[in-house]
Amino acid sequence: MKKHSNRAELLLAGMVILLGVAMAPAAASAEPRGTAAAQAPQMPVFRFENFTTANGLPNNHVFAVLVDGGRVWAGTEDGLALYENHVWKTYTTADGLAHRAVLSLALDKRTGDLWVGTMGGLSRVSGGRIDSYTQLNSGLSNDVVYGISVEGENVWIATAAGGCRLNLHSGEWSLYNERNTPMLEIWAYGVSATPTKVYYAIWGSGLLEYDQKTGRWDKYEDPDGENEMVLFKDQGLIHEIVTSVSYVDNIVWAATYFGASRYDGRYWHNFLTKDSGLPSNFINQVRGVDATRAWFSTDKGLAYYDGTNWAVYRPSLKDGKPEMTVRDAEGKVTAIAVTTAPAHNYVLGIDFDGDDIWVATAKGLSHGIRQHR
Amino acid sequence: MSVAGVGRPALLAGVLVAIAMWSLGTVHAREQQPSAESLDYASPLEVLISPDGTRLFVLCQGSEEIRVLDGASYAPIKKIAVGRVPRGISLSPDGARLFVANSWDDTLSVIDTKALEVVATWPVGAEPSSVVEDRAGKRLFVANRISSDVAVLDAATGTEEKRLLGGRGASYLALSPDGTRLYATHVYPNPSPYRTAPESEITVIDVGRAVVVDRIPLHGIAGVFHTAFSADGRLGVVAEYHPKNLVTLAHLEHGGAFEYTLMVFGADVGKTVEVPLDELERYASQPFGVAIAPDKSRIYVSSGGSEIVTVIDVPRLLRFIHAHPAPFVEDLAASANYVVTRIGVGMNPRGLALTGDGRRLFVANRLDDTISVIDTRNNEVTATVKLDGPKSVSPLRRGEQTFYTARYSFQGQIGCANCHIDSTFDGLQWNLEPDGFGRNTVDNKLIEGIKGTQPYKWTGTNPNIPTECGPRTEKYFWRSENYDDLTLADLTLYIRSIEPRPNRWKLPGYELTPAQERGKAIFERSVDKFQNPIPEANRCAFCHSGPKGTNQKLFDVGTKKALDNPGLFKSPPLTNIALTAPYLHDGSARTLEEIWTVYNTQDKHGRTNDLTKDELNDLVEYLRAR
Repeated sequence: MKKHSNRAELLLAGMVILLGVAMAPAAASAEPRGTAAAQAPQMPVFRFENFTTANGLPNNHVFAVLVDGGRVWAGTEDGLALYENHVWKTYTTADGLAHRAVLSLALDKRTGDLWVGTMGGLSRVSGGRIDSYTQLNSGLSNDVVYGISVEGENVWIATAAGGCRLNLHSGEWSLYNERNTPMLEIWAYGVSATPTKVYYAIWGSGLLEYDQKTGRWDKYEDPDGENEMVLFKDQGLIHEIVTSVSYVDNIVWAATYFGASRYDGRYWHNFLTKDSGLPSNFINQVRGVDATRAWFSTDKGLAYYDGTNWAVYRPSLKDGKPEMTVRDAEGKVTAIAVTTAPAHNYVLGIDFDGDDIWVATAKGLSHGIRQHR
Repeated sequence: MSVAGVGRPALLAGVLVAIAMWSLGTVHAREQQPSAESLDYASPLEVLISPDGTRLFVLCQGSEEIRVLDGASYAPIKKIAVGRVPRGISLSPDGARLFVANSWDDTLSVIDTKALEVVATWPVGAEPSSVVEDRAGKRLFVANRISSDVAVLDAATGTEEKRLLGGRGASYLALSPDGTRLYATHVYPNPSPYRTAPESEITVIDVGRAVVVDRIPLHGIAGVFHTAFSADGRLGVVAEYHPKNLVTLAHLEHGGAFEYTLMVFGADVGKTVEVPLDELERYASQPFGVAIAPDKSRIYVSSGGSEIVTVIDVPRLLRFIHAHPAPFVEDLAASANYVVTRIGVGMNPRGLALTGDGRRLFVANRLDDTISVIDTRNNEVTATVKLDGPKSVSPLRRGEQTFYTARYSFQGQIGCANCHIDSTFDGLQWNLEPDGFGRNTVDNKLIEGIKGTQPYKWTGTNPNIPTECGPRTEKYFWRSENYDDLTLADLTLYIRSIEPRPNRWKLPGYELTPAQERGKAIFERSVDKFQNPIPEANRCAFCHSGPKGTNQKLFDVGTKKALDNPGLFKSPPLTNIALTAPYLHDGSARTLEEIWTVYNTQDKHGRTNDLTKDELNDLVEYLRAR
């Protein structure tokens, strides 16, 4: 895809992807080689309990999930769902939510306030009260809020019209777009903020870095330019269409629709299906656990990388049966016998609950309960 | 700082001679200078008793001091200077430290109660109004009125850990008896849809985790003040205003302006119950302080406008509540079932404090500089402690008393301060009779710094303050006796003296941030982004010119609604405009942004439709710093 594709085309494509409907199974990227599971690297095994409209979710299209202690928040196409004490409760526009379709979630760990990005604005859930900000009633850059990250007194926001920062003490909104950053496209898909650096994932314009100390912006682009082929692997960002970024332990994890990248401030390491355990190069979200481990939400399953080995969790692309595969450092793939899998292959997000995981998919929310062998 | 926000530099010695004259419906009063004497009024707002009962600590807002009195003889012991316009005090659980929230310089004074000296001054949020330390002595919680939050500080160092979202105008804090929950109230209503009943809340904070865990809704309430708990923690009460701003303000004789109520909650009642304090011809205007007797036999409520303390029999109140499950807040006969008596005290009674044995109740009378001491066994004032200060009452002081009292309105129902809480505004929209029933609904405006911004009223029909606050108020609001000329002159003097509180968006030295600088350029521009000239009358800086941001003329900015009589509205001053949402003449714009994103489709309210979102944000940043 060209960097400067027609905006309407991009928007349409993004909407289809986001809504995650009618996802056709595709060919598996790696085939198990039938080796005994006992010889495979020890990777986490989960028993998945899945939630859909049949057992309490307001909608099966789950764009985001967030764990807050004993509570689990799910951003769905039809409201913000809260799972607490084994009961689902849904917040809608009638409760003050900015829009029914919830795309992103972020927790202010200091205050316990939940920030909610929707297709129609930004909402703050605080002690049961919901306040909403839109491009009409506030300084929010755009109502389509793809990503949020809370850092200290600042809420960093990724929107369809660039980045945005709300200072909670002063109430000032600062906008970041093509006029004051190296952002060529303004379709900001994700943001990861820390007290030192803030990274924006820009759909079509690479990765933007903001230095909190100097106030300067920097940009990381695909050295192959607009070419979809990877000519210079590990020499820079894998692709311009960046969908998600996670900055943890001074490491940048970036997801694109054409592979993933890890950047330590000096060296890049890129991941593609052909030379890693990624089940797909089409990645919706990446969540770094630390400097070596990360989770990847792809259109062909959920993947975990422990720095050496990979595990993939999904319903089989062939027959829909639960499947877990492990790929070791030599590329040997082992099938692990499992009886459950995430609700769908099309994975949009993940969050952690101790050893457990919660997974947002296009057809339901999954609770992965860690099994200790 | 003198009483009610008159800055020292502005106070010049002078002798007031007020003359009010009627002429063709316009009232004139001679411009006067306030007396320097008013500098020294103590204006006691809150009072506390030391745990051992030997000391009384009196927060004196006017003289900006803590006055320490002997707990038995009430003899003065010491005056301790604190920050600007102190508003809230509390003692640490061990009584060793007294904390003072200074609302105008955004600091907290920490006083050693043995040495009776300020030992630390810590910066906090915007307009700190009350402070509470947790039982463990680890954290301080500070309610900030302007930033509408509750700051959490390290109790040892004053370092801010975080801020919790409160209600709008967060101001008063109360710790539950077991120390696990903190209850925060707020003086301005939370944002709600246009022309719907105001919504407020009691923000409930888990003290151990320092997070908001609940918000108790207060439907129809705007203006929530102190909270008190019974010693067993089963009964909580909150003093509040219940305005009736959705109907035309023309029915004072039918109780149609305000009700003054307590919100009762806790295990004893099982749910929140709104309890009227009023009785026909016995209104309890501007309830503020509350206290519950240690044996839970009585509730005491101060009413600043009515100059009384209401005494409620708790067992009778609970029986009445349980026997009347349906709302009875409109029932002016209800209070006769549980109100024991109403005790007359000083002028503008505010803070209350009970001795540990519940025998004595202290009342801080803000506007006559006294402390009333009530014997709770017979509900009589047994002593009135006069605080050190001027021997006479200045015209400015009389004007302030007139502003806060409800005595001039029919049955003593309302005073100026009902809608101008602490001489500011109330965040509400009102429909006033003279424009026609249901017509010309108007947003209540801030009155800080309004001197010299005439004409008044959104339609500009009142040429000066005496007209605005004299016959118009008397006829359409008070529906009662007229002020005499001298009283009106004093009131006018006071209103003219109200200075704007410090603008929190201005940098020290009044430099502009980069965003404010860019916004200023937009505010002052004469050509649009396409290099087309902007007609003079359509430039921001034309209508909002001068230091207060108004050229005092009327304009059609395209905001006339079907029920508005004229389409011309006076350009309002921009003083502290960031504080006074909602906006436009009728309050239809919930935020500054909506003035242009929603209500300026024709570009009549300034040329703004050529601006990008960044530029509009810059303009807003500049306005917030005005």
